[in-house]
Amino acid sequence: MEYILIFISAVFVNNIVLSQFLGICPFLGVSKKVETALGMSAAVAFVLTIATIVTFLIQKYVLDAFGLGYLQTITFILVIAALVQMVEIILKKVSPALYQALGVFLPLITTNCCILGVAILVIQKDFNLLTGVVYAFSTALGFGLALVLFAGLREQMSLIRIPKGMEGTPIALITAGLLAMAFMGFSGVV
Amino acid sequence: MNNFKVLMNGIVKENPTFVLLLGMCPTLGTTSSAINGMGMGLATAFVLICSNVVISSIKNLIPDMVRIPAFVVVIASFVTLLQMVMQAFVPALYATLGLFIPLIVVNCILLGRAEAFAAKNNPLASLFDGLGMGLGFTIALTLLGAVREFLGTGKIFNLSILPEEYGMLVFVLAPGAFIALGYLIALINSFKKA
Repeated sequence: MEYILIFISAVFVNNIVLSQFLGICPFLGVSKKVETALGMSAAVAFVLTIATIVTFLIQKYVLDAFGLGYLQTITFILVIAALVQMVEIILKKVSPALYQALGVFLPLITTNCCILGVAILVIQKDFNLLTGVVYAFSTALGFGLALVLFAGLREQMSLIRIPKGMEGTPIALITAGLLAMAFMGFSGVV
Repeated sequence: MNNFKVLMNGIVKENPTFVLLLGMCPTLGTTSSAINGMGMGLATAFVLICSNVVISSIKNLIPDMVRIPAFVVVIASFVTLLQMVMQAFVPALYATLGLFIPLIVVNCILLGRAEAFAAKNNPLASLFDGLGMGLGFTIALTLLGAVREFLGTGKIFNLSILPEEYGMLVFVLAPGAFIALGYLIALINSFKKA
């Protein structure tokens, strides 16, 4: 039951993009086509889950064990950067098909703030390893849901006429605002 | 004169928020009021100025291959420093901004300026670039925060301007952030064309 609550809360109620404002750059950047949005979501889900496991173990067995809590920010960002590189190299060797699908998005992920954000949140919320992984994976699903929905809306939007000054980013932001309003309907569910 | 141009470039011509559209997460996440926006802007400006100066001073010592990780370590060190200082002296603001303080590390403005400006220019010019970009970011966040606070609660910097009943709560909440920023950018675009 606890896991289901975490899942619903992370996907719908506290959606990482639309209510916590993490990962806005890829949300605005790679949302012009549904296909690329799906690729980005898959890459984020993959890296986010692995990164959460690794950072959790480092926090518990290195930082906490030696009283180095204040090095959290530096350690996490370096671990995430190294991990993304490693995932890229391993995927290239082990599964070229998956690498083909996710490859372009992997380098972009290091500076995606939802990875570092979730890694820190898992520590702050005092999750254990299993709930942390469930939380990370659900968050990534929520990111994917928001990104794909938004990409669908933007694909439609490229077909209609928009007032001159509103073209591009402004109309995208306002659409995102309306989407966020729709997601507010979930508040109070959990 | 040249340094003055660099300074103004960051504030007006290449404003990181309204023109370059960098660092959107803190821009949307921390601007529920003018004072929060300003706090976040100043915190980012501090890290940006320090990291710009340090990176441009040591740029000849860093091998080209490991340039990006080295920049990230410099930025992360200053963020950690900032975290400790803020926790000690402004704990209330630190609690409100929360997660967004450590997330300054992954703010694209910092790495972007390190790579695009500090790695190519002398420390003094980099100082002015950091100052300009930091101020540009602070002004943008304060403006967005003020607009949201005014529309949401009828106040600016906690000073009542309209009675609270006229406030539209949605502007303080998540959707209002997107919508307010969308209209602000549209407004600025139309000024630029005119």
